[in-house]
Amino acid sequence: MELVTPGIGLLFWMLLAFTIVMVILKKFAWKPILAMLKDREESIDNALKAADNARDEMSKLQSDNEKILAEARADRDVMLKEGKEMKYQIISDAKSGAVTEANKIIEAAKATIQSEKKAAVSDMKKQIAEFSIQISEKILREELSNSDKQEKLVEDLLKDVNFN
Amino acid sequence: MKSIGKILLSIAIIAFSFNAYSEEHNAQDTVTNEGAEHHDSHETAEFNPGTFILDHIGDSHDWHILTYDGHHVSIPLPVIVYSEHTGLHFFMSYNFEHGHAEYEGLTLELEGDNKGKITEKTENGEVYLPIDISISKNVLSLLMSLSLMMWVFISVARKYKANPRTAPSGMQNVVEPFILFIRDDVAKAAIGEKKYGKFMPYLLTIFFFIWINNMLGIIPLFPGGANLTGNIAVTLVLAVFTFVLTTINGNKNYWKHIINAPGVPWWLKFPIPLMPVVEIMGVFTKPFVLMVRLFANITAGHIIIMGFMSLIFIFGNMSVAAGYGFSVVSVLFVIFMTVLELLVAFIQAYVFTLLSALYIGMAMEEHH
Repeated sequence: MELVTPGIGLLFWMLLAFTIVMVILKKFAWKPILAMLKDREESIDNALKAADNARDEMSKLQSDNEKILAEARADRDVMLKEGKEMKYQIISDAKSGAVTEANKIIEAAKATIQSEKKAAVSDMKKQIAEFSIQISEKILREELSNSDKQEKLVEDLLKDVNFN
Repeated sequence: MKSIGKILLSIAIIAFSFNAYSEEHNAQDTVTNEGAEHHDSHETAEFNPGTFILDHIGDSHDWHILTYDGHHVSIPLPVIVYSEHTGLHFFMSYNFEHGHAEYEGLTLELEGDNKGKITEKTENGEVYLPIDISISKNVLSLLMSLSLMMWVFISVARKYKANPRTAPSGMQNVVEPFILFIRDDVAKAAIGEKKYGKFMPYLLTIFFFIWINNMLGIIPLFPGGANLTGNIAVTLVLAVFTFVLTTINGNKNYWKHIINAPGVPWWLKFPIPLMPVVEIMGVFTKPFVLMVRLFANITAGHIIIMGFMSLIFIFGNMSVAAGYGFSVVSVLFVIFMTVLELLVAFIQAYVFTLLSALYIGMAMEEHH
């Protein structure tokens, strides 16, 4: 029976000391410890979240970078292609231009030659005519220098004319 | 600083014990004539395991360390007694000379119904029990363990304040897992996320109080050895705390369930209020069971260990060789039991805390 009968002295001291210690511990130990634990947990939580966000951002940036790079590459390819095309265009344009120009020049040369030739021919004709006139003048002068001959000529001419 | 504190503490303990020893000696010297017969009777007395065990698990007015050559070496403790007849008495327990001497009209009974208690003979010859609020073995153990708790947890709290947001170190590492365990797996699980905060100081205090005292109880020598958590007065106070917290925090729903439990046929409540009676009994049986469980578990553990120890002396009384022979078996069993008790020390602290949290949680449960 002694074992299961609470002693009044121990009961008294237990109630008193335990209550006091609980109040002291509550104020000076449990509250600060629990507050600090919570604070630390929150800070760890926040840090983890921030790290997660940073990682997301990083991967986003990286994919953005890749995108930009790919775009730049495509642009470069397009530009190169365009450049090449332009080059060929220019070359072929130049070629065709040169041909037509040459043809034109040839054409023009031919025309001038032709006109020069014509001019030369007409000039020659003119001179030949002049020469022949001069020659015939000389001959005529020679022929008509004496009066017998002039008469003979008039006779000849009159012979041909028949009066109807 | 810390090591200096430790050294001072050990010096104090040693000095205290020596002091006790010398006082013991002086007392023994002065009362040799009277004490002689007692010594003889002590030495020749038959070994009685029952009283041996009960003396060890019970409370006492001095802290017995050993008995050597008929001399008891023990730490004397202050006796504080209030008697209706002679008023307040305050003296050290060595004045009783282990019950062999009367002091200020008070006697420390050694036999009979009042064994271990302080009695006073009234004028008409009746035995009167004065109110005894002595600093007994258990009270000293209580004060020491509470001081230990305050020292540990306040210094840990200081460390938390000094280095916030850093990884725990030293004593913090020892204490933190258990604080987190009580918070997350006991308080949050049993009471709920919203309301657990209010009860954390109580739950942490009882958990560490029970655990530390269970462990100290396993240590056989001085600062340990008192069967504090195996004392019904201590478990009674703890259970009363849980009872009070449950009752004052009980919400409308809780009381409705007790007085007029929903979902129960009306004839169980009227005209004979069977269910309410059962429910009201339940309100008291819950803390009562808490009280008995802790008391019985710890006391039983002590009794078993003491029982194995007694076996050595029982066999030793039969023949010395048998005593030595059995001591090997006994010590092995004691080691096994002590290891088991280490486990029980934690489990009982956990169970008491968990059930307290559950009872509080049940009282605060919202309508479901």
